Amino acid sequence: MIAELGQFALILAFAVALAQSVLTFIGLRTADPAIHGFARAGSIAQFVLMLTAFACLTVLFAVSDFSVLVVAENSHTDKPFLYKLTGVWGNHEGSMLLWGLILTAYTAALALSAKPVEARLVSLTFAVQSLVTAAFTAFLLFTSNPFARLWPSPMNGQDLNPLLQDPGLASHPPMLYAGYVGFSITFSFAVAALIEGRVDARWARIVRPWALAAWSFLTVGIALGAAWAYYELGWGGWWAWDPVENASLMPWLAGTAFIHSLRVMEKRDTLKAWTILLALMTFSLSLAGTFLVRSGVLTSVHAFAVDPERGVFILGILIAVIGGSLALYGLRASHLKPTGVFSEVSRESTLLINNLFIGAACALVFFGTFYPLFITTVSDETITVGAPFFNATFNPMMGVLFILVPVSGMLAWKRGKLKPVLRKLMPALVAALAAGVLALWIADRTRIAGALGTALAMWVGIGVLIDIAQRLKLGDIPLKASLSRAMNLPLGIWGMAVAHFGLAITVFAITGVSAWKQETSAFLMPGQSLQIAGYTVELDDVRRFDGANYVAEEGRFAISRGQRDLGELVAERRFYPVRQMSTTESAIRTRGTGDLYISFGEPSRERGWPVHVYIYPFAMWLWIGSAILTLGGVLSIADRGRRSLTARKTADTTDAAREVTS
Amino acid sequence: MNRLFLFLPLALFAVMAAYFALGLRENPGEIPSQLIDRELPAFDLPPIQGHVTGLASADLAGEVSLLNVFGSWCPPCAIEHPMLMQISRSGVVPIYGIDWKDPPGAGTRWLERNGNPYVRIGNDAEGRVAIDLGITGAPETFIIDRAGRVRYRHVGVITEEVWDRTLLPLVEHLQAEDMP
Repeated sequence: MIAELGQFALILAFAVALAQSVLTFIGLRTADPAIHGFARAGSIAQFVLMLTAFACLTVLFAVSDFSVLVVAENSHTDKPFLYKLTGVWGNHEGSMLLWGLILTAYTAALALSAKPVEARLVSLTFAVQSLVTAAFTAFLLFTSNPFARLWPSPMNGQDLNPLLQDPGLASHPPMLYAGYVGFSITFSFAVAALIEGRVDARWARIVRPWALAAWSFLTVGIALGAAWAYYELGWGGWWAWDPVENASLMPWLAGTAFIHSLRVMEKRDTLKAWTILLALMTFSLSLAGTFLVRSGVLTSVHAFAVDPERGVFILGILIAVIGGSLALYGLRASHLKPTGVFSEVSRESTLLINNLFIGAACALVFFGTFYPLFITTVSDETITVGAPFFNATFNPMMGVLFILVPVSGMLAWKRGKLKPVLRKLMPALVAALAAGVLALWIADRTRIAGALGTALAMWVGIGVLIDIAQRLKLGDIPLKASLSRAMNLPLGIWGMAVAHFGLAITVFAITGVSAWKQETSAFLMPGQSLQIAGYTVELDDVRRFDGANYVAEEGRFAISRGQRDLGELVAERRFYPVRQMSTTESAIRTRGTGDLYISFGEPSRERGWPVHVYIYPFAMWLWIGSAILTLGGVLSIADRGRRSLTARKTADTTDAAREVTS
Repeated sequence: MNRLFLFLPLALFAVMAAYFALGLRENPGEIPSQLIDRELPAFDLPPIQGHVTGLASADLAGEVSLLNVFGSWCPPCAIEHPMLMQISRSGVVPIYGIDWKDPPGAGTRWLERNGNPYVRIGNDAEGRVAIDLGITGAPETFIIDRAGRVRYRHVGVITEEVWDRTLLPLVEHLQAEDMP
């Protein structure tokens, strides 16, 4: 009964989305004011219907209704209740339903928040958004129905993949999807602007909060994914350049370029066609990222089960959405005329360089991810492109880009002067060089990459601090006056500074974790110990115990450094009988200077347990850095720009008048 | 701006979409192995440090066997290892190993620590043979029939389930097959 209710809600959502989209497109031709009201009401109705469907699936999982196929395949009565709920999106159908729910949630949020300006543009945006929703719900209904029944229904389910039974993973997909799908709003706005054939600073101001919100969610989502890999997969890696990881990195890169070029468009009324293209690309990459890994085109450790029929449908959606929008771009982008002029030395030109670098880096990741596929389709060979390729190409490119970060923030718009900026940044340069040399000296003389990373992080970090100090005239005027300047500084500036500072910390952490990590492994019997980086790790004892839906071995390790006792760490190895899979719960001692990371494996009778111990310097700062990065995005959302949207109305009517006459 | 230039993104996407369409035609779910039912590519690998015999493709003919690609650097291989030990102890089928991209001596030490399930091991330090075999990542296992043809490819860890449900039945079937 509940399954049928959910199914019915899903069908209705599809119908409403389709009707709303078609009617809006027709209605706009007749310029009927009722259309705008309908678009809003319809958007909220879509959301309520999707929420109903999602709630139904959640209830089915909560009560373990194994007559529903996805529940039987992904749940089990013994599973902890939390994972019964998160199991809703731990499978293909459920995760796609979540995707659809978030899509309509964004549409509804736009409906509730849109101010009565640019009514035509907003109505068109709703129409495009609904079209995407319609395509999406059709995909759910026809190829991935989460409410399909199973008969005869089994006594018990097959349990959720144990690797997914982790709090990190429970929150990772919703965040990631909130990021991916958030870019649907900016996409729809871009398509609407192309249809209208007009885009300006005001468009940029309406779109910017949405772009920043999506970007912030995506940043959190990627960071949570990395944290999940670090804590749950048991080998301490946090990024492996796996296709699915790349699929989330590409829209993040495109989105990063997009929020920067949006700023240029807002301030200088230029880079219009390029910004619109970035808006289209960002969502296209999000779509491609979500779907290609599910269609069987790309194989990956993260992929859910694949099905050829789905693949064809997915490709159809991709061609319609991406191909359709790019065709529109080809037809209409020439209408988007820039008014601002570019001089070589200005903030906007550094942001353009930023865009080119990020664009190239994104193309590189794209190429690396899909190249193996191309090779298999055109020849008999199978090849893989792995971490060495990306490390050798992506990292240097990003490194060069980071050199620009503090310079760009301090250059003036329109016409800047490079020399004074460089003079002001002198302390950052000195600090960076000193840090690099110090890193080479203290940490490891053979790892040039470590020194370069440290120097870059220092350059960006100190550069940002100098920028803020300059803006506050810190030291030049009384402290109180500086404070009041700080209060009056636009949130967008604070957002930029905070995000770039977070970036510096993240770069530093990445450097530490990858350049200076240490590892060792040995077979240990209780009482035996191993040494790493001055630490002594002694295996105290191993005992077995039963968990809710698993049996586990718990290894207790005594940690000491020299004579000092640093306490005990407990690692686990779990075996999930229903899925016949083992997972590791690593023991991690986190300090500001680095993590001590222990995991252990299947014992051998004569020699004891294989114990792997890693030292990950500054690993904690990965998470702190990405949190600060996200905070920067969130702060910028709150910046509404100097002039309010309505205040510009008069300027706009003159704009419109000019357009009519020209 | 040249108007045709604006269609460039669309043109690029069209090329991509065509590739995706082609990619879909490949059997999804399995990584296609061009080697299935074909002769194993010829190779002759030197032994790993401390061993006397290496591994040549000719060694695998005459008997149904498993060819397992591993590396001491690969965490899933360590997970798979006990299963290989169990298979080797059961004596159902001989396992041959290719030590992929290991620094000199690393594979030997790893096998000393974890036990050696392999009849013979070839040292593919540069990964040349792995490229011929189309390896996407370690571990990977091929089932080779008596005639020396590749009959099945398993990507990833051999779990007990994979062994019992897929590999073992296939091995038994091939062993029962008459010589072609």
